[in-house]
Amino acid sequence: MFKNVQELVQQAESQKKKLYEIMIDQETELTERSRKEVISAMDRQFQVMKSSAMKGIEGVTSYSGMTGGDAKKVDEYIRNGKYLTDPILLKAVSYAISINEVNASMGLICASPTAGSSGVLPAVVLAVQEKLGMDDEQAMLHLFTAGAFGFVIANNAFISGAAGGCQAEIGSASAMAAAAAVEMAGGTPNQAAHAMAMALKNMLGLTCDPLAGLVEVPCIKRNAAGASNAIMAAEMALAGVESKVPWDEVISSMYNIGLLMPVTLRETSLAGLAATETGKMWKEKLL
Amino acid sequence: MKYRSVFDIIGPVMVGPSSSHTAGPVRIGQIARRLFDAQPEKVVVRLYGSFAETYKGHASDVAVIGGILNYETDDPRIPESLVTAMDLGIDVTFLKEEAIPEHPNTMKISMTKGDDKLDIAAISIGGGVVRITELNGFPLKLSGENPAILVFHKDVYGVIAGVASNLAMNKINISGMNVSRIEKGDVALMTIETDQPVSHNLINAITKMENIIRVITLNE
Repeated sequence: MFKNVQELVQQAESQKKKLYEIMIDQETELTERSRKEVISAMDRQFQVMKSSAMKGIEGVTSYSGMTGGDAKKVDEYIRNGKYLTDPILLKAVSYAISINEVNASMGLICASPTAGSSGVLPAVVLAVQEKLGMDDEQAMLHLFTAGAFGFVIANNAFISGAAGGCQAEIGSASAMAAAAAVEMAGGTPNQAAHAMAMALKNMLGLTCDPLAGLVEVPCIKRNAAGASNAIMAAEMALAGVESKVPWDEVISSMYNIGLLMPVTLRETSLAGLAATETGKMWKEKLL
Repeated sequence: MKYRSVFDIIGPVMVGPSSSHTAGPVRIGQIARRLFDAQPEKVVVRLYGSFAETYKGHASDVAVIGGILNYETDDPRIPESLVTAMDLGIDVTFLKEEAIPEHPNTMKISMTKGDDKLDIAAISIGGGVVRITELNGFPLKLSGENPAILVFHKDVYGVIAGVASNLAMNKINISGMNVSRIEKGDVALMTIETDQPVSHNLINAITKMENIIRVITLNE
């Protein structure tokens, strides 16, 4: 069993295996389920991710009525063809928003690692899959890559906004997605770990202060930010850029920052964006 | 390890909007229902910390009641659970508590049916993973991930060894164990998580042992 990123990467390197294989091995050992069963369980998660990525693009409205329809706008923007960046980045943005809009409508999603951050990982995996022309089965395996890093982060820090702020949710999701993207693109375990660390560093200190306590504003757009950040970190890692702070130290710094974060900024909607005039107005209106 | 499986991270498949505040409460409700082993007549849910501030927006209320109605985290009936509970004649109360809990996402559930009563405290630690921290006033550690038996017994020597050897004779491996008591020599609670499910016959056998008061199973 790997306890930190160092051990995870070492195991992959010494056994000359993909990171996802190390995660699959650990899971089969832990649960005494066959490799086939574990993979088919992950395929179910992948299918839910895909359908939620497509559903929001058609246009959904949140349970509260506060948000919705933005994934559709981005999708139409892509179709118009007049964009500034790579369409894959925009695809990731539209999927990330789509999934989190579906989440806010109390639709079906797969938490990864949480519901509030559920758009990031699928958005990146699906967009990179399109770019590389990878088949579903192969793309889905990289959810284990992301899961391996998420497992380490969750056990050594936290993954809930109430415990560690948004850095623990979108930050973790972005870090997991960055590592998955690197492995999908043929990067090494070492590069995947650097992408994870760089993505997480860029998200350190993010607070969890959503309007009226709802998983909508700023969460939905922050899923887009997490996905873009993951792709950028993956590209840097594939270019050979490395994190100056060692991988596991970045994770422990996320933990330390979360511990120092005041409770008003940890999913209590008592400060920050939630305490703005607009935030108060929505709270009044909805609760 | 707080998180054991990759599906604690990539999962659960669930109805939104929050894994800690929606899927977590569904699971807490499910465990409460399994512990109570009956449809309650009355449910009181006390919410602390982040739950108290944000439970409505996160649909934690419909989620925990959905769990008490035995719904899964991905059940589309969750948004309507309060109406369903009312139709079933279950009296539901939510109380927002001021006290600052040890964990930011804490809730306490009291369920009653006739003379039967159950009190639990639970925390939602993120990603839909929950822990039951108290049962009828006893502190306990229970993941809800493994089959478990909860044994209320007299706080005297030999009881723990007796139960453990009974499990061993039936080739059941103990994966986690915890013993707590409120007062020395009074009632104690043994919490045993196992790798294998514990059969009804074995539960009956343990229940009949000397100094055993009550046994509750939580087989997956």
